[in-house]
Amino acid sequence: MIRLTVNGQQQALDVDPQTPLLWVLRDHLGLTGTKFGCGIAQCGACTVHLDGVATRSCVTPVSAVEGRAVTTIEGLSTDAEHPVQQAWIDLDVPQCGFCQSGQIMAAASLLAENPTPNDADIDQAMSGTLCRCGTYNRVRAAIKRAAETGTEEA
Amino acid sequence: MGITRRGFLQASALTGGGLLIGFQIPTIEARTAPVAEDAFAPNAWVRIDPDGTITAVVGSSEMGQGVMTAIPMLLAEELEADWSRIQAEFAPADAAYTNPIIGQQLTGGSTAVRGYWTSVREAGAAARMMLLAAAAQRWGVSENACVATQGEVIHEASGRRLGYGELASDAAKQPVPESVFLKESDEFNLLGTAQKRLDTPQKCNGRALFAQDIQRPNMLNAVVQRCPVFGGTRKGFDAESARQIKGVVDVVPLHEDAVAVLAETWWPAEQARKQLTIDWDFAGHGDLSSADISRQFEQAVDSGQSVRTEGDVSAVLKDAAKTLDATYEVPYLAHACMEPMSCVAEVSDDGCDIWVGTQAQTRTQETGMEITGLPREQVRVHTQFLGGGFGRRSEQDFVRDAVALAKQTGRPVKVIWSREDDIRHDYYRPATLNRLTAALDADGKPLAWRHRIAGSSIRARFSSEVRESGMDGSSVEGAKNLPYAIDALEVTYAMVNPPVPVGYWRSVGSSQNAFVTEAFFDELAQAAGRDPLELRLELLAEQPRHLGVLKLAAEKAGWGEPLPEGRARGIAVAESFGSYCAQVAEVEIEDDQVKVKRVVCAIDCGQIVNPSIIEAQMEGGILYGLNATLNGEISIKDGRVEQGNFDDYPLLGISEMPAVEVHIVDSDASPGGVGEPGTPPIAPAVANAVFALTGKPVRRLPIRL
Repeated sequence: MIRLTVNGQQQALDVDPQTPLLWVLRDHLGLTGTKFGCGIAQCGACTVHLDGVATRSCVTPVSAVEGRAVTTIEGLSTDAEHPVQQAWIDLDVPQCGFCQSGQIMAAASLLAENPTPNDADIDQAMSGTLCRCGTYNRVRAAIKRAAETGTEEA
Repeated sequence: MGITRRGFLQASALTGGGLLIGFQIPTIEARTAPVAEDAFAPNAWVRIDPDGTITAVVGSSEMGQGVMTAIPMLLAEELEADWSRIQAEFAPADAAYTNPIIGQQLTGGSTAVRGYWTSVREAGAAARMMLLAAAAQRWGVSENACVATQGEVIHEASGRRLGYGELASDAAKQPVPESVFLKESDEFNLLGTAQKRLDTPQKCNGRALFAQDIQRPNMLNAVVQRCPVFGGTRKGFDAESARQIKGVVDVVPLHEDAVAVLAETWWPAEQARKQLTIDWDFAGHGDLSSADISRQFEQAVDSGQSVRTEGDVSAVLKDAAKTLDATYEVPYLAHACMEPMSCVAEVSDDGCDIWVGTQAQTRTQETGMEITGLPREQVRVHTQFLGGGFGRRSEQDFVRDAVALAKQTGRPVKVIWSREDDIRHDYYRPATLNRLTAALDADGKPLAWRHRIAGSSIRARFSSEVRESGMDGSSVEGAKNLPYAIDALEVTYAMVNPPVPVGYWRSVGSSQNAFVTEAFFDELAQAAGRDPLELRLELLAEQPRHLGVLKLAAEKAGWGEPLPEGRARGIAVAESFGSYCAQVAEVEIEDDQVKVKRVVCAIDCGQIVNPSIIEAQMEGGILYGLNATLNGEISIKDGRVEQGNFDDYPLLGISEMPAVEVHIVDSDASPGGVGEPGTPPIAPAVANAVFALTGKPVRRLPIRL
């Protein structure tokens, strides 16, 4: 049995300890907001928070998160009231939407660590979170807006 | 199927009241969700519930391009709805949603707004008339004494008002009008405004569902190992060790060229796949390489068929003061949608259900029919959000996987391709080789232009006519319609079909032909000693919409004004999918890498539906084209694709995204496409800037200095 805390709830799972956290979230816990995009930590669609820090769940074996706190997009806020989500909604950031859970989780983690990121900080924190639709400029603008409105939650 | 068509009256323009159009609004009984008895659902496009909620039923696929907002805007404009009460849902596969431009229910070719421009507005107008009639009847007054606005009908004399929800059940009893007035564009309230997208909130909280997210009771997960060599088939396989992996349920042969591993969840299936030993027959293609393909193109390029001939190019070339020759090449490209291909299918006594992010509902339904033998009405397509489409999701390969496995196993099956499957088994943007020749007179005036294209055909796969004729219109779009006034002009196409599957890729033929023609144009301008913008303006004197976007982009970009040392501008223009787009790229070279700093984009897409979405689509089209300009290359070795994931098929990240400014031409021309026209100009705009910086023309993508 592997024990972990996901979005504040304790979970005990009988899975192969090598199973990536991504597939535990999606297939065992039904939390499908976290996406599978590449499987090799190259696209960031699977980004979740591990003890508050942005982490690629597709290459993180579930055994490595034993006893730790995992937050997914579903747990970031109850009704999209996190400042990052609000900024995303205000600026109509998503296009196809598939990468956006990862973008939002990466941005929330960045702002938790650095409440006033400049462009270089944004580039560094977000450059591994790929978007094929071209939302990058709105992502950047939304991070700046969220920074203005505050990041009391992360 | 319960489709009825209303009578069709001839369109007639009336003064003072817009356009009276007779129409045919299909109704639909085969709705996905049952319609409440007291709801008002007068046609396939709209449903009004007694609580006042208005649901726009969208027959197109939402792949990020904003159709789930744009189509409801068309409806709401004529319905006089309160936009804040509008929600959208995906339509089932049904003939009611056939796109008139394409003849199927298919989202592609930037046709959604263009295709449904009239019918959806008619549907809204008809519903509004029925609501008006219901209110007038209830009040015992003339319909002419009532107006519909913001989701209410108002009796002007008495000030009485009824909301659409309150009128829904009565409106449902009114006869469907035989003809409606549609607004003139100057009467629009909603169209042309930057409304928020209806799908944004659910894309910010993880609740938007993609096919990858669908769960069904008792569902199996499958991964599919296809023959790595194009055109190869399966001879046999050993799955003994794969079956030992915990969670694996079965390993089965699939189609002619694949083996599928079925497991309770996806991860063990993917692990088991790596344990398979499969014996393939490579059908003689195991040696194919990119160099071979390029050679095949080169051998064929001078013996193509004419698609456009004006004047006598050969004669002009013979006597010209100056001639230019160049060979341009573009590689195969993968679509690399962020969501790898995925599909869920279930086949039961009750029929076949398919949950999929598809651009092609009609084809998906037909795929289900072919595999299960079921009649059309028993194959139900549940369209999900698409994690990127770009043409890739008009294909059926991943749907075929899921339906065949669901039929075979008798259980619901979810197929999720790995990223490697997705990159190595795409229908690629065709690679092409192009021979360009031009002639100038002694004053630098272009006298002749010859463009010979060799490359594989997308449509050959679907059409025997294309195969037999050797001609595919999609291969020459963006080349055949060269807009410049040059007296002697020749465009030819030689179809060469190596066994690499090719398909529609955002902006299709224009994705490569705009690069080839617009980059060669700058070679011509340089040979003529002319400014590339000035020469374009001169040769486009008869093309007002090209001129409009070129001038707008050039002005906003400050064309001709000084730039910092080491930075240069390039400009390009392209017409595609009924729209006109010009872009100016500002480029620097840092550490031998091309860096695109700023892009100024001018778009004339006719009637503007939602400027915020248009802007986003231009940004998206630019990034998509920029990946092809700077990074994208699928190469073939030993009959297979060399790349497999984002480590060797890299995508640009946020730090490589240029600043983009979008300027939309104010126009009341009929709407053009928006999803694709932003892509064609970017590669040549960047290439031309690089040419300006280095003095060396860019004749091959991606750009390698």
